[in-house]
Amino acid sequence: MDVQLLTFIIVGASFALYIAIAIWARAGSTTDFYVAGGGVPPVMNGMATAADWMSAASFISMAGLISFMGYDGAVYLMGWTGGYVLLALCLAPYLRKFGKFTVPDFIGDRYYSQTARTVAVFCAIFVCFTYVAGQMRGVGVVFSRFLEVDIVAGVVIGMVIVFFYTVLGGMKGITYTQVAQYCVLIFAYIVPAVFISIMVTGHILPQTGFGATLSDGSGMFMLQKLDNLSIELGFNEYTSGTKSTIDVFFITFALMVGTAGLPHVIVRFFTVPKVRDARKSAGYALAFIAILYTTAPSLAAFARVNMIETINGPEMTGTSYEQAPSWIKNWEQTGLIQFDDKNGDGMMFYSGDERNEMKVDRDIMVLANPEIANLPAWVIALVAAGGVAAALSTSAGLLLVISTSVSHDLLKRNFMPDISDKAELFYARLAAGVAIVIAGYFGINPPGFVAQVVAFAFGLAASSFFPAIIMGIFSKRMNDKGAVSGMIAGLVFTAAYIIYFKFVNPAANTPDNWWFGISPEGIGTLGMMVNFLVAFVVFKMTDEAPAEIQELVESIRYPKGAGEASAH
Amino acid sequence: MAFRNEDDKKAYWKENLTLLAKLLVVWFVVSFGAGILFADALNSVQFFGFKLGFWFAQQGSIYVFVALIFVYMAKMNAMDKRYGVDEE
Repeated sequence: MDVQLLTFIIVGASFALYIAIAIWARAGSTTDFYVAGGGVPPVMNGMATAADWMSAASFISMAGLISFMGYDGAVYLMGWTGGYVLLALCLAPYLRKFGKFTVPDFIGDRYYSQTARTVAVFCAIFVCFTYVAGQMRGVGVVFSRFLEVDIVAGVVIGMVIVFFYTVLGGMKGITYTQVAQYCVLIFAYIVPAVFISIMVTGHILPQTGFGATLSDGSGMFMLQKLDNLSIELGFNEYTSGTKSTIDVFFITFALMVGTAGLPHVIVRFFTVPKVRDARKSAGYALAFIAILYTTAPSLAAFARVNMIETINGPEMTGTSYEQAPSWIKNWEQTGLIQFDDKNGDGMMFYSGDERNEMKVDRDIMVLANPEIANLPAWVIALVAAGGVAAALSTSAGLLLVISTSVSHDLLKRNFMPDISDKAELFYARLAAGVAIVIAGYFGINPPGFVAQVVAFAFGLAASSFFPAIIMGIFSKRMNDKGAVSGMIAGLVFTAAYIIYFKFVNPAANTPDNWWFGISPEGIGTLGMMVNFLVAFVVFKMTDEAPAEIQELVESIRYPKGAGEASAH
Repeated sequence: MAFRNEDDKKAYWKENLTLLAKLLVVWFVVSFGAGILFADALNSVQFFGFKLGFWFAQQGSIYVFVALIFVYMAKMNAMDKRYGVDEE
């Protein structure tokens, strides 16, 4: 059976599964819609959180990025996992005890302020839209490459599927489809990695194969070989980085804190029955995420060795373009591989210096890897299904936050406090529907700055939500004025820095011009500090939080008496 | 009040914060310490086929993160019981 037919069957089967789950788990009340009735078992919530978190970027792009960045890729590996420690230890249990539906709910109630709630709502909506456009694009890209349909058609198919289970099932539908999507995506990620690990090193586990000797009988360690190749070909040594230590530090920190402050991740911990379940499911979530995140760097290294050897040949003298393997020709058509025979010898050569004749896009490292390694057709089909699962699960989680923000935080808590549960549910569904259409539009017509705005999402979460929530839990007396001015200061500072270097004056975006050598990707860390500092100073000059708020804070610090999440 | 007395409430919170501080020190040391600040120094140590600093940055710290959350969970559940503030 040819690859394309297999891909249709496997992707189609996964879609049928998601739709079946959505029909089974449709939402009957706002509690179902917002927090899945508050009854999700911790292991399942862990899987759902993992799928929610691991987006098209994690699945498709991350290993490729690491493959080209070497050591520096660690900013993503540590940054996107370390945040869960903060989440599990400092946020999730307390927010679960607080027992409301959304992050703006917490900020608004804890700081007894509509202004705080409104600032939080707009941050949440902005962060989520930023993210979701990239996801829809990911769906479109996978469809167009593997099924050879138009990108527009791919995005529309993705929209219809997400629309179906988000609008119908709300959080409940999303949660159980995410469990299925986790299984699909992790299987799709691990299978090719295991194959390649066995091929290159003879180890079944990519994590140990990463540090093993090559199976070609040379007795050399795989990483040693990669370092040698990198230097020989004029790249940087793979295991040491090119970014400055301070920048690596700040980027990693911003990604960690941003992760812990992302509303679509936090809201997952409102869905479990108890506080102890929130702690437990954070642990499971990270364990499930770690399976992919420890495989990715191994895959990155294997893929790089494989690719270099395939293109340059065992003697590192180049291979004939005429007899190039079919994947090179296939990916050339998409423009992701380009060959420019500079010296006219008909041989392909890939290097980091002036001898280079190849342009290789980093995104193909995961998608083309099965072809590069000559894996069976069903593995290629599986990777397509995994990529779609990763993109769909994350989009659904983000769209839900957008719809909740509109129907609950804006309408119910601001403009229409007397609205009935049924009407609120209607507005939630309507908002989800509208959000999907907008996201789809951005997926089809991506603003040129999608890649840049990701830094934005993390920077904003790090500099606004994270400090506000932390102070709300760990300082009883922190007041509304301190928190609001902190959030606004952190936000404005971070946004201004990123906007300046990414949009206003991109030419100046070099280490010489950065403050303290911190890139826009890492500025969220400084923004977070600004937030804490401003909040503290303003707090010192104003009255502390009222007694009933201090009691509220004390009551979220221990688990006893946590009911299910409720609207009042 | 859920606690037996005011002292218990203070002691519980203090114990929680101490545990948090210890675990966050480990969190910081493996990632920002071993994986970033001291990565170059640790890279002179060979750990199987890895340079040690590189291993912490791309593998080791992630394993430690997972372990930290489960340790915290177990300790807190035991503490909740001890103070009688667990969910029955």
